[in-house]
Amino acid sequence: MIIKIKKSSDVPSSEVTSESEYLNRRSFLAASATAIGATAGAAALLGRAASPLSAAGSTPASASAVQELEPTAEKLITSYNNFYEFGLAKEDPAKHAHALVTEPWSVVVDGLCNNPAEYQLEEFVSPSTIEDRVYRFRCVEAWSMVVPWQGFPLADVIKRADPTGDAEYVAFETLWDPDQMPQGRWRNWEPRIGWPYREGLRLDEAMHPLAFLATGLYGKDMPNQNGAPLRLVVPWKYGFKSIKSIVRMTFTAEEPPTTWATQASNEYGFYSNVNPDVSHPRWSQARERPLGSFRRVPTRFLNGYADEVAHLYEGMDLKKHY
Amino acid sequence: MIWLVGLAPTAWLAAGFLRGTLGANPIEKVILVQGRWALGFLLAAIAVTPVRRLTGWNPVVKLRRLVGLFAFYHVCVHFLAYVGLDQFFALGYILEDVLERRYITAGFTALVLLTPLAVTSTKGWIRRLGKRWRQLHRLAYVAAALGVLHFFWKVRADTFWPLAAALLLAALFAVRIVHAVSKKRARPRKPARRRPAV
Repeated sequence: MIIKIKKSSDVPSSEVTSESEYLNRRSFLAASATAIGATAGAAALLGRAASPLSAAGSTPASASAVQELEPTAEKLITSYNNFYEFGLAKEDPAKHAHALVTEPWSVVVDGLCNNPAEYQLEEFVSPSTIEDRVYRFRCVEAWSMVVPWQGFPLADVIKRADPTGDAEYVAFETLWDPDQMPQGRWRNWEPRIGWPYREGLRLDEAMHPLAFLATGLYGKDMPNQNGAPLRLVVPWKYGFKSIKSIVRMTFTAEEPPTTWATQASNEYGFYSNVNPDVSHPRWSQARERPLGSFRRVPTRFLNGYADEVAHLYEGMDLKKHY
Repeated sequence: MIWLVGLAPTAWLAAGFLRGTLGANPIEKVILVQGRWALGFLLAAIAVTPVRRLTGWNPVVKLRRLVGLFAFYHVCVHFLAYVGLDQFFALGYILEDVLERRYITAGFTALVLLTPLAVTSTKGWIRRLGKRWRQLHRLAYVAAALGVLHFFWKVRADTFWPLAAALLLAALFAVRIVHAVSKKRARPRKPARRRPAV
């Protein structure tokens, strides 16, 4: 059965997310941040009127964080991607990802949960309300952007799956279909990357209100090269944690193997939290270049979301758990 | 012809940079493309002698100095783009990179090694250094090996081109070794007729 998939760009969502609306929205955020203080700004950012997070957000640092969220140009966001299944150069995914078939699309939820199921995308998405999130996105390669996403909290689908008491982690898997991803196939002689691409989060990280499943950006359907039709966005972690084109979520008791941590465990850890004080072995993480800008800017701890998420890592040595 | 090929990449990058057609991260693009051409020209300069020996096409030797100098030129633009555009002359970060990031240490060492080769590429220096000139210019192999290492250590996953460059360099070196060995064997018979510099 072919299901007409409700797109994030369908009215009324697209009306809410036009570019001028973004501008208005930003000025609203900026105004509220200065006038009412960062608490209101952070709450508006999260789309939650009375989030428990907002209590922690009333520092000057997060006020400036809200004010600075000027979205990166759409053209840059959609033409500079790491999606190795479609080629290894930054321009490759935009060139080749049109071959990705996103309708129909199904997502399997399994592992240690009480409601395992295989969903058609529409069934998976429709119980949630599509909302806007403007997030900073920091790649492990020391470039960054600000993306206006549309989607819904990851916690929605986790609550529905109802993980058992043993579940400590949730693992994610990207589609792997060499027929649709010929670039990945011909470069697959390279034995170090084992497809499909895998990622994972600790369950408490996954349940955090900032963790987001995105179905679109800039008010449009998610471009294939950005991980259509459904991708993870974890804004306080390096971009490669935000797995694209998800086909499976599995609840596990043990820390699941993830692609980059398996590939080069000395360079990429399971946590991969944005941290200017922990250098990548081959380059510094202290600064980043926002796409569209010529100057590097300082990178912030947890990508500027420390007020919201730092408590998740209390007592952990982040130099060890990089 | 070599002047054209040698200068075209920088001209193309400069035009693209000013017109904004180098993609989302133009600085990275400039450094990447210049680096590829630097390694390409360096391998081409090293290939001149093996090509001459294998094909017997002697005039190719005349191109070697210019090809080598263009290799040095591209290495310099590559390095200056990193210093000026990428790091914006942040000397503290640059020093940290050169000392602590092994791929940058390797690349920077290659640049340092190539500098005396470029300086001594004139006829005057060739005459002045005599036999030692050839010994000095064998550093090109060391610089090329460091260049390949720099490339290999930089990539995240796609080791195809670094490995291809390593294979090419190894093949070129093998040609020289084979030639040197056969020359050594031949030498006792006609010791006086050693051919001069090539």
